[in-house]
Amino acid sequence: MHGRPRKPLKEEDESVLSAKAEKLHSLQSQFLANHQNRIYTKEALDLSAKLLEINPECYTAWNYRKLAVQHNLSESNSDSDASLFDQELKVVENALKKNFKSYGAWHHRKWVLSKGHSSIDNELRLLNDFQKADARNFHAWNYRRFVTALMKISDEDELKYTEKVIGVNFSNYSAWHNRSVLLSTLFKRKAEGFSHKEKVLQEEYKYVHSAIFTDSDDQSGWFYHLWLIDQTVKNDAPLLVSSWPSHGANITLNGNNSLHGSGLSLLNSTLSDTKTLPVILCFNQAVEGVNSSTVVVKSELLKEDLVWKPLSTNNSSTAQVWVVYLNMGNMKLQLSKTYSIEINIGHSMGILSSNGYHYGAPSQITFEVCVQTAYTEPVDGQRGKLTSWKDNDFRKIDHFEESNPAVSADHHIPTTSNWCMEAIDEEITNFQDLSDCKIRKLTLARLLIALDLLSPQHDKRKNHTEEVLKLYTELMKLDPTHSLYYKDEHSLLLLQQITSSRESLIPYCHYYKDASETNTSYVCLRLQNLSLSRMGSFENLLWVQMLDLSHNELRSIEGLEAMQLLSCLNLSHNKFGSFTALGPLRLLKSLKVLNISCNELGSHSIDTRRYLCSSPLAHSEVFAWDRFEILCGSYSATKFWEAFLIFESLNLTDLNIAGNAVADENFASFIVKVLPTLKLLNDEEL
Amino acid sequence: MGDLVAEKHVQYILSVQKKKDSFESVVMEHLRMNGAYWGLTTLHLLGKLDTVDVHEVVSWIMSCQHDEGGFGGNVGHDPHILYTLSAVQVLALFNKLDVIDADKVTNYIVGLQNEDGSFSGDIWGEVDTRFSYIAICCLSLLHRLDRINVDKAVKYIISCQNMDGGFGCTPGGESHAGQIFCCVGALAIAGSLDLVDKDLLGWWLCERQVKSGGLNGRPEKLPDVCYSWWVLSSLIMIDRVHWISKEKLIKFILDCQVI
Repeated sequence: MHGRPRKPLKEEDESVLSAKAEKLHSLQSQFLANHQNRIYTKEALDLSAKLLEINPECYTAWNYRKLAVQHNLSESNSDSDASLFDQELKVVENALKKNFKSYGAWHHRKWVLSKGHSSIDNELRLLNDFQKADARNFHAWNYRRFVTALMKISDEDELKYTEKVIGVNFSNYSAWHNRSVLLSTLFKRKAEGFSHKEKVLQEEYKYVHSAIFTDSDDQSGWFYHLWLIDQTVKNDAPLLVSSWPSHGANITLNGNNSLHGSGLSLLNSTLSDTKTLPVILCFNQAVEGVNSSTVVVKSELLKEDLVWKPLSTNNSSTAQVWVVYLNMGNMKLQLSKTYSIEINIGHSMGILSSNGYHYGAPSQITFEVCVQTAYTEPVDGQRGKLTSWKDNDFRKIDHFEESNPAVSADHHIPTTSNWCMEAIDEEITNFQDLSDCKIRKLTLARLLIALDLLSPQHDKRKNHTEEVLKLYTELMKLDPTHSLYYKDEHSLLLLQQITSSRESLIPYCHYYKDASETNTSYVCLRLQNLSLSRMGSFENLLWVQMLDLSHNELRSIEGLEAMQLLSCLNLSHNKFGSFTALGPLRLLKSLKVLNISCNELGSHSIDTRRYLCSSPLAHSEVFAWDRFEILCGSYSATKFWEAFLIFESLNLTDLNIAGNAVADENFASFIVKVLPTLKLLNDEEL
Repeated sequence: MGDLVAEKHVQYILSVQKKKDSFESVVMEHLRMNGAYWGLTTLHLLGKLDTVDVHEVVSWIMSCQHDEGGFGGNVGHDPHILYTLSAVQVLALFNKLDVIDADKVTNYIVGLQNEDGSFSGDIWGEVDTRFSYIAICCLSLLHRLDRINVDKAVKYIISCQNMDGGFGCTPGGESHAGQIFCCVGALAIAGSLDLVDKDLLGWWLCERQVKSGGLNGRPEKLPDVCYSWWVLSSLIMIDRVHWISKEKLIKFILDCQVI
């Protein structure tokens, strides 16, 4: 049992214990013999009862008793049935006295009840006794849910019961948990008195304050409060958050079929090679059912049915980001003509969230594509392949062209009423007292983020990002044990701040100038040296083709698969500890240049991304064993299979893996075989 | 705080294995199969699996198997999914999976899956997400995961997901580190970790680390070294282990050593 100190045995105790052991052993042997020989006499039954009183964990004895009941039932009349079952309930009670956490005992009781035997009062009395003995006994709570369902006690009554229990002692996480379950059910079926969430939630906020403010170290109310915020803020229905191309965008193709969106997105070699234009849809949550019926693309250019693909790193059919590739090569494009492409989302049902909610209000995105003659012959270095990440080769952009919005409009969550903001506003006033209290600071941070999320972007209300960033920094000092949690949150918020508008993005956008002087140039988003421990805000980054995330503290790039236009990526000088962490790259068809030098690949024996990456271990992928064995040869298969998993489907021309423990000569020659398109390895030509 | 006294732990495990008539041993006789898994895995981690007699262990395991395919906790005890997993795990540890009829064991487990995707522990029908993990883990080891309805199994597990991102025994059950390990583990093997709210659950899990550096199993409970496994491995599977203090936990664990 938990929390009990170990005491060394004294000699007398040893001999007493030894005698106990022998007695129990003999009891158990006799029992097993009775069980094996199917002896269900009163004597045998009494023996099993005695055994269960001493050792309620002996599960075979519970099975035996069920068999005995079945045997004796078939031979008797209905009068003695009741007493048979009563006897079983008594044995359970005795066993629970010995160990009120015995799975076997509780299940036996459920078994008896499911035979239609017992009274509500009896069971509730028993449960009340257990609540007094240990208010957190989850077996008792589970049993309570079983009994109330069986006896059809209402959720409203059970809600009152949780109030009774919390009234005795607010520090009862089990009761708060049960409350969340009951309220969820009542909300879902819009029970009387619960159809207006706002009223109920406002009461709940007041109610949970007792749990949070009485003892700031007691966690009982923390998670319930967070759940209340989530209930206040969240939008159940899936919505489109951003897209590429964005609404109103103008994409220009060169005569030789290379692409550029005016002022921003430029020549990209994969796109020009395969002649496909991606259309990316980013939702606020994972959805399924995006297909050519639910998302209708209208354009005179299109001749064939479109296949939408979920961008899921584990081969799932649901994803937050979906993509379709328009095959431009099949289309007969006329020079200097502007073609309109219209995307209608959700006009017919079918797009569903994992909770079963349908896509919200139908929406539409229109963008234009036109073809111009090329004014220069694109040079090799411009074809989406930069060859250097050095500071000297970049110069800052001073403005974006108005005609091409890089950043999508308004990402705020539309609400139908103001109560959400009022509720959050009111809560904020309760948490403003910033004594050095961890939960107060953390909750305030969350509330301010929620408030900003609910405020429309055109509202000139002060944005609280700076304040929250400061709170997280303070929390890192106040609660150093969990400092990397606060750091991750800080990184996410910082990225949101940087990517939220054109003005905030500009300082990080640079033109790349190729070594050989040309007129055209690229835009690279450079986010180095920001102490980023986590990546995010991908919905604002769909337009990016070149990204420099070097010199940060990143361990994963979860979500990066959304950046379908990405051709050049610098992840050097971070904390990537496994190849599986690079899983999202497998979904980037356009990726040509990758720098993962100076990371920790091969330095760790534990892989924390293992099951988050699609692989045969997660049963979500068929591994190309044959090809792997051919390429791997005599090298260590266990060392290289993950690298193979990640790289075998990529078409990189430039890879830098220097400065990683795994990158020895063996590995270098292995990876060159896996990547036949590679021209540069570790900055050296092959 | 010192170091891990590995040799003493090895001796302890071997002594427990031999001493079958202590009170502790007798009262836990029925779950010896579980004990074998924990003890032998520990020996393996410490590089001392060769100190036990493989043949003795294997023949004892086989003597616990029933006709239906399932294994009991010890000789004479009824079959149950709990001990079936431990048996398969120990055989896998010794690379001796070839001694069992894998299809027979698989059929036993397949027979325990219910309509709603959940698993019963045995014929008496107790349902618990622990059993979902056991079924998925066991069949994965036997390379026969496709014999159960994995989609339904996953759906049932998700139906046990709570407001705090954690999981309980059954739908509506309170989040508990042990259950969380089972549910997250099952989802990991089934390639469905995208259904877990990793940030929410990660925060709940990292808040299991209390002032002493140890981990508890749920809010306002005492820390216990066993949760170093349930909580830690859950955090690792969802890549949030950096949200706790490694040094403090190591110190707590070593302080729990009885030397």
